[in-house]
Amino acid sequence: MNPPTAAVIRHESGVWRCEGDWTLDGVEALDRQRPNIHWPVSGEVRLDGSGIRAIDTTGALELLSFIAELEKVSHPVQLIGLHEQHQALLDLVCERLALAGSVTAPPPSLNRLERLGQWVVFHTVHVADFMAFIGEATVALGRLALQPGRFRWRALLGNLETAGVNALPIIALLAFMMGIVIAYQGGQQLKTYGANIFIVELVSLTMLRELAPLITAIIVAGRTGSAYTAQIGTMQVTEEVDALRTIGIPPMDLLVLPKLLALIIALPLLTVFADVLSVFGGMVMARALLEVSFSDFLDRFPQVVTPISFLLGVGKAPVFAAIIALVGCYQGFQVRGGADSVGRQTTVSVVQSIFLVIAADALFSVALGGVGLWR
Amino acid sequence: MAVSVVESVIAVRELRTQFGATVIHDRLDLDIQRGEIVALVGGSGSGKTTLLRAIIMLLQPVAGSIHLFGQEIVGIGQSAAFRLRRRFGMLFQQGALFSSLTVRENVGIPLREHTRLPARRIVEIADLKIALAGLPADAGDKLPRQLSGGMLKRAALARALALDPALLFLDEPTAGLDPVSAGAFDELVVQLKHSLGLTVVMVTHDLDTLWSATDRVAFLGEQRVIGYASMRELTQAEHPLIRAYFEGPRGRAAREQVCTAK
Repeated sequence: MNPPTAAVIRHESGVWRCEGDWTLDGVEALDRQRPNIHWPVSGEVRLDGSGIRAIDTTGALELLSFIAELEKVSHPVQLIGLHEQHQALLDLVCERLALAGSVTAPPPSLNRLERLGQWVVFHTVHVADFMAFIGEATVALGRLALQPGRFRWRALLGNLETAGVNALPIIALLAFMMGIVIAYQGGQQLKTYGANIFIVELVSLTMLRELAPLITAIIVAGRTGSAYTAQIGTMQVTEEVDALRTIGIPPMDLLVLPKLLALIIALPLLTVFADVLSVFGGMVMARALLEVSFSDFLDRFPQVVTPISFLLGVGKAPVFAAIIALVGCYQGFQVRGGADSVGRQTTVSVVQSIFLVIAADALFSVALGGVGLWR
Repeated sequence: MAVSVVESVIAVRELRTQFGATVIHDRLDLDIQRGEIVALVGGSGSGKTTLLRAIIMLLQPVAGSIHLFGQEIVGIGQSAAFRLRRRFGMLFQQGALFSSLTVRENVGIPLREHTRLPARRIVEIADLKIALAGLPADAGDKLPRQLSGGMLKRAALARALALDPALLFLDEPTAGLDPVSAGAFDELVVQLKHSLGLTVVMVTHDLDTLWSATDRVAFLGEQRVIGYASMRELTQAEHPLIRAYFEGPRGRAAREQVCTAK
């Protein structure tokens, strides 16, 4: 294989000689030199192709574009001496080029009002769709209550393991560290007033009522909600969802309900686990920083933490779980087309479920405050 | 075979590939000459696609050597591999078009990556390739998910042809196509071979393709190439695996069709 020589056009005794390799490698330089070729002002141009060593479709395209350019400025062009094989290729390209499309102009961009309108319609439709999805899931749950024998226990157990058991280490680590951070930041303030022992209230109530359920839900949304979307989305792309429907398995029964129920069971348990670890983190910090020993801490703990506080925190978890699972599955079913759509919907799923979890938490705070359940 | 390693476009020697403990190929030899259309056939699991993947450097063999355009590719360096990749095109079984890009952008990607042509020129070349692959003029603006199966294969062929490769690999090009589209695809490949001087290596189960489009057929079995000849000669072979493959009702029907047509 000889190294490619550049394609050239040069003027010699009244004939324009085309030489070298008219291939993808060869024409690159020639293409850049196009403006430097000085064609005659008028009259016929004779192109001699006998010097062309090799030609491919890109080279043929280049040659044809030279001819088209010349004919546009009303030079009759005569192409001579082309090898038979090269001529055949040129004819093929010429013939196909006539059929080739070209870039169509993009649709005119919308003005602001139109864009706003589209945005509103898009999101309204999505909210309505999501409501319909929640409705479908509820109906499926109701059907399940009537025929518990049809429930997919194996899928439920599998989901419990991946969403629950496998999340234990990361939740333990993060909850413990949250306990340490809260105790450290709050402890500095309490110390200046000599109110060291109030660290128990600070850590226990913040953690049990608010932070442990929230942080657990956010981890699970990032970890499990995204996995639900990606799994269902990929199944949607590979037509597995359609296959389930064809076989007569409602995707709702196999893909959504086990996930929903597994998360509703797992998230409260994970929250209790996070409660324990975060309070433990606070205890470690209290002893190190504030000279509140473990036994002092644990003596005071039941006096200041009512069962209500604990139950309120854990009670929010199933609601968070339902939000995460439903958003994750819904966004999975929204996947259309291919890989890029899976990525987009997974992002949307995580953002939406975290947003909705925090919004729901705010709602809980206001509502529970309203009925006098501050403590 | 008396062909020297350098003259063949592809020369495989003593190739051994395995996944874990499962040996796929053992001491496999294969030569493919310039300008040939060669099909790799064999039963399911005989390692046709694996052989193809080893030749296009997607899979490292355990032992043996593969020469591509006279260059050893087992243990090849990154920059040498990049230069070689410019010289062949591959059509994947499912098309493997990038789903977020239009057909025109898909075809333009190899050109953008391997050449310094201006964007306007790349679009022109891409449109030409799309037309060469036999797609209608408005296909360039479409996304892969908007195409039918046959059009998807053609769009993928257009991308494989983007760099005007001397060597084209096709993995089950006609699988899933209707008979008319499949026949047209075969014709297209033969036409491209003649006009562009392509060497084509394909994996196929399509007996019509084997009869109408190939120059030679390599039959894979028992971890080696157990038969390598033109279709007419291969169907006369004595090897029980080859007989079983071609002597089924479909195999006989395809052959009778060819014989009566001649």
